[in-house]
Amino acid sequence: MMLPQYFVLAGIVIVVIGFALRLNPMLVVTVAALATGLIAGKGIVEVISLLGKAFNDNRAIAVVWIVLPVIGLLERFGLKERAATTIRRFKAATAGRLLILYLLFRQLTAALGLNSIAGHPQTVRPLVAPMALAAAEQQHGGIEVESQEDVKAFAAATDNVGNFFGEDIFIAIGSIVLIQSTLATYGYRLAPLDLAIWAIPTAIAAFLIHSFRLLRLDRRLRRKRK
Amino acid sequence: MITMQWPYSLVGLMFGGFAFYSALDRDNRKRFGNAAFWGLMALSLLAGSWLGDLGNGVLVLALAAIGGFGLMGRGAPETTSQGERLTWAHQLGDRLYLPALVIPAVALAGTLAFKYTPLGTLGWIEPQRETFVFLCVGSLLAVAIIFAWLKPPPSAPLQEGRRLIDAIGWAAVLPQLLAALGVVFAAAGVGEVIGGAARSVIPEGNVFLTLLVFGVGMALFTMIMGNAFAAFPVMAAAIGVPLLIQAYHGNPAVIGAIGMLTGFCGTLLTPMAANFNVVPAALLELKDRNGVIKAQIGTALPLFAVNILLIYFLAFR
Repeated sequence: MMLPQYFVLAGIVIVVIGFALRLNPMLVVTVAALATGLIAGKGIVEVISLLGKAFNDNRAIAVVWIVLPVIGLLERFGLKERAATTIRRFKAATAGRLLILYLLFRQLTAALGLNSIAGHPQTVRPLVAPMALAAAEQQHGGIEVESQEDVKAFAAATDNVGNFFGEDIFIAIGSIVLIQSTLATYGYRLAPLDLAIWAIPTAIAAFLIHSFRLLRLDRRLRRKRK
Repeated sequence: MITMQWPYSLVGLMFGGFAFYSALDRDNRKRFGNAAFWGLMALSLLAGSWLGDLGNGVLVLALAAIGGFGLMGRGAPETTSQGERLTWAHQLGDRLYLPALVIPAVALAGTLAFKYTPLGTLGWIEPQRETFVFLCVGSLLAVAIIFAWLKPPPSAPLQEGRRLIDAIGWAAVLPQLLAALGVVFAAAGVGEVIGGAARSVIPEGNVFLTLLVFGVGMALFTMIMGNAFAAFPVMAAAIGVPLLIQAYHGNPAVIGAIGMLTGFCGTLLTPMAANFNVVPAALLELKDRNGVIKAQIGTALPLFAVNILLIYFLAFR
């Protein structure tokens, strides 16, 4: 059942195959964009212009890199090493427990609309990941590379889970505004608070599920040691 | 008024600095690739508003070619050794955290002042853009404090920043390119085709299966587009509003709010959400580019199931 309208999905096929074959994502994404535009009946100049305009309209994404000189300077003066020393003072600290605390902090601050005070460049690389690694090493006396990767990946994952499943409790976040305006076009007038309140059950579930997995991370690290 | 061009210009100058020091870095065999790539980012941020759509499009193709064909290497900026860092860390102690806290503190104070005091109504900052401005102010303040206190060499902020941006490489630009891909997909009508396809597989009269297709559609379409924002209007138009809300009388607030969060589960599973899943893998120097996604599967799938059940029991009482 190959109807012509399904041809515009070619870009998705290119992306899926490209990522599966681990081709360079910059090329895969560019080819997918050009192919999709051409199949949809646009000229090549029109497609390139569309791509250029969209890239330009999304420059705000690049502003977050302004923190790199600060993080780099602090690393120069031993911030990562200091973070590791600090966490070693807490004898009961494990990678999992530390990340559960960070998850809670991230969800609560995001729920107050403060989701930009933390993030991968600002907090995960210089503070959370080195602390989690130091805690794991202290508990289990030097961990192997495979376990280090595990801990670092979970540090980044915890930031994402906390951010995603905290922010929608805040009434002025973009996604709440989008839900509100989408449903308003069909005549359903909802206040932001009506929507934000229903984000709470999922936020609690996300905390419980991810915390459980962080405790299992601790168990996995313990088992690796033996 | 401080417009968005101010942060763009500041970040553009920073990328210009990265390009300059990249070009001088003889330890990097591909130094001119790095210089060209970061130089084009500088050009985009400084002059993108005046390059025209086609000019910006050619700039994007050049970035994709440099990043995509392996023309970038990794620079070796001057920095401190592991031993020196341990000594500094010991000497400075917990005071070292203070400059790190300046950025979140400024973001916090600025956001609160902007939202809850009359400061926000003065029109000093372009509406909706205050977060970006405060991020820049906080970063500048932190650099100033570090300079006054620890007196690093003048080139240090750009060289240390370059050390980090080179570790991330082209992945630093991927999120922006993916956002542009999403716009092309939307212009080509991909959303309508997906929505129609999702609708065509629904058996009539079964609330739970309809809800399941809605949820799977949200998650899958989010994975394709890299964010739930593009998926929500499409799935709401195809299934959410006509079937779940109108035909089966579901509660619109529950379906809207938890439906969006079902899409967020998809965000945890896709390399298309590059700034959350691919960039951190580069930033933490993980060996597996998909390491962060793999760590998230075990949270995303159960949470997806919980969301479906929550909608089922809360929206159709």
